[in-house]
Amino acid sequence: MAKALLRASLVAVSLVWVLAAQTVLAAEVKRYVVEGSRAAELDSCVEPTERMRRMHFEFIKHQRISTVHQGIRGTKYSLEGCVDCHISYDAKSQPQPINRSDQFCGACHAYAAVDLNCFDCHASIPNKPDLDAEAQAAHRAAGVDLSAPSDRNGEGH
Amino acid sequence: MKRIVYREWRIPPQRYWSILGVLAAVVGVGALAFGYMEHQGHWVTGMNNSVVWGTPHVFAVFLIISASGALNIASIGTVFHKPIYKPLGRLSGLLAVALLMGGLLVLVTDLGRPERLIVAMTHYNFSSIFAWNIFLYTGFMAIVIAYLWTMADRQGGPFNRSVGILALVWRLALTTGTGSIFGFIVARQAFDAAILAPMFVAMSFAYGLAVFILVLMFAFDDEGRPIGPRMLRRLKNLLALFVAIVLYFTLIYHLTNLYVAENDALESWLLLKGGIYTFLFWVGWVLIGGLVPLGILYHPQLSQDRRWIAGACALVIVGGLATMYVIIIGSQAFPIQMFPGRTVLESGFFDGVNGQAAPYWPTIPEILLGLGGVGVGLLITVVGVRVLQFLPESLADDVVPIDEETLDESGSAPKPA
Amino acid sequence: MGKATEMNDKTDRTDQAIDSGRREFIGVAAGVGAAMVAPGVILHAVAATPRSQPVSSDVRWGLLVDTAKCADGCSACVEACNEENGLNLQTKPERESDLKWDAQKSVWIRKVKLQDNQTGRITNLPMMCQHCEHPPCVDVCPTGASFKRADGIVMVDRHLCIGCRYCMMACPYKARSFIHDELQGQLTAVPRGKGCVESCNLCVHRRDYGEASTACVDACAAEGHHAIVFGDLKDPNSPINQKLRELPSRQIREDLELNTGVRYSGV
Ligand code: SF4
Ligand code: SF4
Repeated sequence: MAKALLRASLVAVSLVWVLAAQTVLAAEVKRYVVEGSRAAELDSCVEPTERMRRMHFEFIKHQRISTVHQGIRGTKYSLEGCVDCHISYDAKSQPQPINRSDQFCGACHAYAAVDLNCFDCHASIPNKPDLDAEAQAAHRAAGVDLSAPSDRNGEGH
Repeated sequence: MKRIVYREWRIPPQRYWSILGVLAAVVGVGALAFGYMEHQGHWVTGMNNSVVWGTPHVFAVFLIISASGALNIASIGTVFHKPIYKPLGRLSGLLAVALLMGGLLVLVTDLGRPERLIVAMTHYNFSSIFAWNIFLYTGFMAIVIAYLWTMADRQGGPFNRSVGILALVWRLALTTGTGSIFGFIVARQAFDAAILAPMFVAMSFAYGLAVFILVLMFAFDDEGRPIGPRMLRRLKNLLALFVAIVLYFTLIYHLTNLYVAENDALESWLLLKGGIYTFLFWVGWVLIGGLVPLGILYHPQLSQDRRWIAGACALVIVGGLATMYVIIIGSQAFPIQMFPGRTVLESGFFDGVNGQAAPYWPTIPEILLGLGGVGVGLLITVVGVRVLQFLPESLADDVVPIDEETLDESGSAPKPA
Repeated sequence: MGKATEMNDKTDRTDQAIDSGRREFIGVAAGVGAAMVAPGVILHAVAATPRSQPVSSDVRWGLLVDTAKCADGCSACVEACNEENGLNLQTKPERESDLKWDAQKSVWIRKVKLQDNQTGRITNLPMMCQHCEHPPCVDVCPTGASFKRADGIVMVDRHLCIGCRYCMMACPYKARSFIHDELQGQLTAVPRGKGCVESCNLCVHRRDYGEASTACVDACAAEGHHAIVFGDLKDPNSPINQKLRELPSRQIREDLELNTGVRYSGV
């Protein structure tokens, strides 16, 4: 009994330490937002930065259930939103896959050594059908080239 | 009757390690095949959108039902009070766990997303027979391990029979459950038959026993432990009985199918025009897996010879694999009848154009993966018998318990269930 | 099914909590940078407003195929589906033979040409997931990845699919495909990847953005055939129900009593 108690308290103490260490880690984490992405011009994401760092996967996970099972698309947290906002473009206005090791998701996940497999299935660049004229105008104003071809092997888009 | 003494398998280390090495190599190659299939994707296998379960499933299902059948020996010993089988109980339990592990590993490594196994463990859909089987399999292992304990430990002795009965019931449920994976599929004609479940149980008895006899004979011969003719005769008679039951169910299955008019096309395809599947049915399932071993086992001279008995066991196993191939793959290759009374002239998706079967050819990685599963099963067995006391010292006639039926030499084998 | 409901419960709270923030975010769907550079401009993407309420069982989406109008040799619906859902992103692995790849690539909708054994009459029709009311694929799926949405769409939650392919065994219409190879360049609206099973989902992204029909229906109409009608089977005045009243129609494999959401006339 006493042994078990001791062991339990040891575990508890070490858990506290792990948590504390993470907080430090999070505080030290550098900024991975890529210059030239829309996110770079914003003060914070859909939640304060700290909260996003710690919780973004939870947000996306809840979103994934409500989107896939209930068809809710218009919520605050969406992977599509992440990609749209954090994507950056190279000199030729080509979108850079967000999971690449020098891009927003890829760089931070490499730093944190956490597997990132969202983009096994999800589009790692905005890859959508053409937008209407108004949206296109807005894009041009932002210097985003919409004729950027997607990776569709030359088909369609 | 003497006391049965169990002892670890003590063949010379060199020989032991080389056996282990060979098995480890087989497992290793299987693991490589797994890595290759997962890395490349399933396109490197012969499986496709029409034949979605292929060779790995042939091996996996074979191993799983053999596992259940291997435990049969222990059940006969404890539950049905046939003391002659008692000394075999421990090996029977070990083999059951080992084969099941092998089979499950093959199933799991063939998943499209094996890394998500944790999902399968945390999200259950209780209307799925597949999910139920996960419980059946894990429960089976736990029960067999408990069963082994009751057999080996003095303290467990009193529970032996009750755990044995539980194991027997669980085992039947497991085989039925495995059979039902197919039986619940209304879409495929070949599976839509109530007889499938008992047929699977019969097959499990036959295949499990064949594997058991082979392992037993190999282990005993290698170390020079004796198996008396009496024991061997009992085992071979039992095997013959099970093989005959399988043949009987096969006959009934096809007769009932022929009786139902809508299954005519399926039957004539399978029995006559199915190419490789027809061949495997007649030559593999019926001849190699049924009639030939029966002939050997009932032959007055051949059935006295150990090598012939071992040969018969091997044939039953080969035939069993062929049977699984026909059942699992043949039933998928045969086109689903979506439009009765009409012929499909063209289709963008292999809907059986002019009654054609869907294409499938096994590829090497698939076969290696399946063999890897067999390797895992044998590896566990070989390690088990070496480190723990699974094998009785001797099964010579003067050691094994007298059985009431020995008086009746030609007596039929005991009823298992 | 039970699983899906449970999950819905779990998410309810989050949805309410975040609903207030939702509105600001809607614009993002309109495109990169739009909300930033052009505040005040009313934004729209191709689609109408994205859905913010859970789908309900007040609707049941379905299709009616009038085989009399389905033309021999036309595959407009198939191509449109491949384009819409990014199925044409799959390329044959180099070392793969054509025949084998044909049997392995994903197909959500296919053309089938039939001949009546007695009369010799030829029928053409597209086959896809029939969106069964009692889908066998959902019954057998061990993880609950196969599920039926409240609005009758049967689909795969690819986050849960382990790629066991049991659903493919169970589907009486061979409607499902397994993704056999690595994929690249996925569409934003249709995430898909190696190792999972997929099938026609009645263009679920279009549903959620409130669009009127599916890619196959549009393509068929554009060809001038109008052989497929899409609509709400529960709304008595929907075009599909009007058509169902007018034409004799049936379900394929009616004997299985799956009450399919896709109906055929003239077969
Ligand atoms: S047609 Fe097949 S995939 Fe579609 S709902 Fe029915 S069983 Fe499932
Ligand atoms: S392949 Fe995926 S969707 Fe189909 S039964 Fe298995 S887990 Fe469910």
